[in-house]
Amino acid sequence: MKRVITTTVINQSGVLNRVTGLLMKRQFNIESITVGHTEQAGISKMTFVVHVEDQRKLEQLLKQLQKQIDVLKVNDITDKAIVTRELALIKVLSPPGVRSEITSIIEPFRATVIDMSKNVITVQVTGDPEKIEAFIDLLRPYGIKELTRTGATAFVRENQKAPAQQLSIL
Amino acid sequence: MSVNVKHQEAQMIGGELPKEKLQGSDVFIQSLQNEGVEMIFGYPGGAVLPIYDALYKNPIPHILARHEQGAIHAAEGYARVSGKTGVVIATSGPGATNLVTGIADAMMDSLPLVVFTGQVASAVIGTDAFQEADIVGITQPITKHNYQVKKVEDLPRIIHEAFHIASTGRPGPVLVDIPKNISNEVFTKSEIKVKDLNLPGYQPTTSPNFLQIQKVAQALQKAQKPLILAGAGILHGKASKEFVEFVEATGVPVTNTLLGLGTIPGDHPQFLGMAGMHGTYTANMAICEADLLINIGARFDDRLTGNLEHFAPNASVVHIDIDPAEIGKNVETAIPIVADAKEALQALQKLEIGQLSIDKWNKHLNEMKENYPLQYKRKSEKMLPQEVIELVHRHTKGDAVVTTDVGQHQMWAAQFYRFNDADNWVTSGGLGTMGFGFPAAIGAQMAKPDKTVVSFTGDGGFQMTLQELSLLQESQLPVKIIILNNQCLGMVRQWQQTFYEERYSESLLPSQPDFVKLAEAYDIEGYKVENYEDADKLFEKVFSSNRPALIDCRVEQMENVYPMVAPGKGLHEMIGVKG
Repeated sequence: MKRVITTTVINQSGVLNRVTGLLMKRQFNIESITVGHTEQAGISKMTFVVHVEDQRKLEQLLKQLQKQIDVLKVNDITDKAIVTRELALIKVLSPPGVRSEITSIIEPFRATVIDMSKNVITVQVTGDPEKIEAFIDLLRPYGIKELTRTGATAFVRENQKAPAQQLSIL
Repeated sequence: MSVNVKHQEAQMIGGELPKEKLQGSDVFIQSLQNEGVEMIFGYPGGAVLPIYDALYKNPIPHILARHEQGAIHAAEGYARVSGKTGVVIATSGPGATNLVTGIADAMMDSLPLVVFTGQVASAVIGTDAFQEADIVGITQPITKHNYQVKKVEDLPRIIHEAFHIASTGRPGPVLVDIPKNISNEVFTKSEIKVKDLNLPGYQPTTSPNFLQIQKVAQALQKAQKPLILAGAGILHGKASKEFVEFVEATGVPVTNTLLGLGTIPGDHPQFLGMAGMHGTYTANMAICEADLLINIGARFDDRLTGNLEHFAPNASVVHIDIDPAEIGKNVETAIPIVADAKEALQALQKLEIGQLSIDKWNKHLNEMKENYPLQYKRKSEKMLPQEVIELVHRHTKGDAVVTTDVGQHQMWAAQFYRFNDADNWVTSGGLGTMGFGFPAAIGAQMAKPDKTVVSFTGDGGFQMTLQELSLLQESQLPVKIIILNNQCLGMVRQWQQTFYEERYSESLLPSQPDFVKLAEAYDIEGYKVENYEDADKLFEKVFSSNRPALIDCRVEQMENVYPMVAPGKGLHEMIGVKG
């Protein structure tokens, strides 16, 4: 199952390596990982999307992360009301003949054209990972020349509908 | 790099500094003194020259091993027996990488170590400089935490944190990598301030949740067949006394993990013997039959559980551990308790559970103990390794500190040297390191100079770290090395016999050094014995002497460790049970 996990970490050199090394050592598959500063100086936040087999594996992952000295907080936010955003840059082949067709796809996704040459346009799209998947699928038939994604970053919404499942035993 | 570093080298070689000035290496020594370090195990080299220069006046005794691996295993033995943090120093590059096995070993067996490695100067880190190795990267998965010092002002704080992290919570090794320019750097005393610990990401839970403790008491009162599995968490928590009191107050039978041996005396009437792959019939069957299994400070290692599908099939599991990540990792747990063993046992004792009415269960287990004891039978003139261990037990009155490597001799020592104290047992459990036992014995003897220390080793394992005979000779510690010499890698051979149709691939060692002459080359008394009577006489002499000795005991080659749970099998599927 796919889980979205956020960790707050002390921004020391090697901390990203420590966390990804731990995931590798314990045989977890990372789909994406993002890191960046938070509102507090010296504190960073990582968001990663991982695939785990079952509940026990998931609990292991959370506990092993929590054990790291530089990790302050670990949250599995998958089952909470969350906002998730990702950014993708896509270079699409767009000879003049199909350019307007492509533009009509871009519009409903609220993507923007950020660079243009004779036969190629570069599009930027943001949104939750599913939206980006859908957008890429629609552009693929025109020929994607290059593609890069940032990976998801996520926040828990201020208003939660139902209490989230308690995993920790502490 | 060049100008700056040359300037500093000049300062170092130049000698005396003005009084208000300090060098990084002096700060290093002061920090160790603040932590109460009694001795350092190490080996010098280029990147730690400033540190060794500061050690020259002997502010803290330094034990010079003959290989970095010897130094770290000795530190492990010291830490295990003294309950204090072992300290190791090695140089950069090969010095650091030679420590890797010991660090991994300490990580698996939760031993508190602070390991200092030299590093090339900050300016050249990352350029593949002479004797550079990324030891922080290399040891990341095998340390509890590690550091590289970036600024000399950080050194006192980092050292203080390292000792705190290594010795609290679930103990483990912490590595501190110190670039040479940092230990060379000169600055004024006022620049150093040790601040209070500030580790917001490290707050180990030691007090148990009271509601959970109550649940354990209720479960105990309901249980018909309760069983306690006692692990090394009890000895790390220094809770053996509380543990035995609790066990006696309730009457619950006890089994041990390999590393938990001695937490209850080996001849205690409630003790069923060790459980697991080479555990006793009674202990393993008790796990299979129990309806309540209370694990205190053990991690349900695969060598203990056998096939998890068949592990404790009838039991509801209570798991008390200081490391939350161990709970539920391998075995589903009904009542999880994150706590220090001592605090958990004290909380349980306060509930005054009283003697449980489990006479029928205890009677059943006692019958099993009588009917299926551990046993061996000599078939030829050759003495058996088990006999040697029992002989040593007799000559040391069961009160020696015993160290081992891994393999057959380790299992026989675990089975037949009935430990009366957890601090008497030093073995490489989780990592299973050949070459561990002999240097560990030297460290153990340094921690307890008045104890008899015996290093049981095999002819294979001993050859991996035998260079420490030089350290033994130099220190004149009365360590007794007992080589159970079967001229093979016994456990490998046993598995090849059992699972690979007797294809003894590379496991026989017919060509060996003359161990007696080897000992003599190091000016240590060496003996060779080939039969039981001679061994008995020799041990009489050797164990009454306060000099080190090496005894090459020629034992039966084809003897196997039994009972045995084959890999992939359940605990109830033991082979080699003799009734």
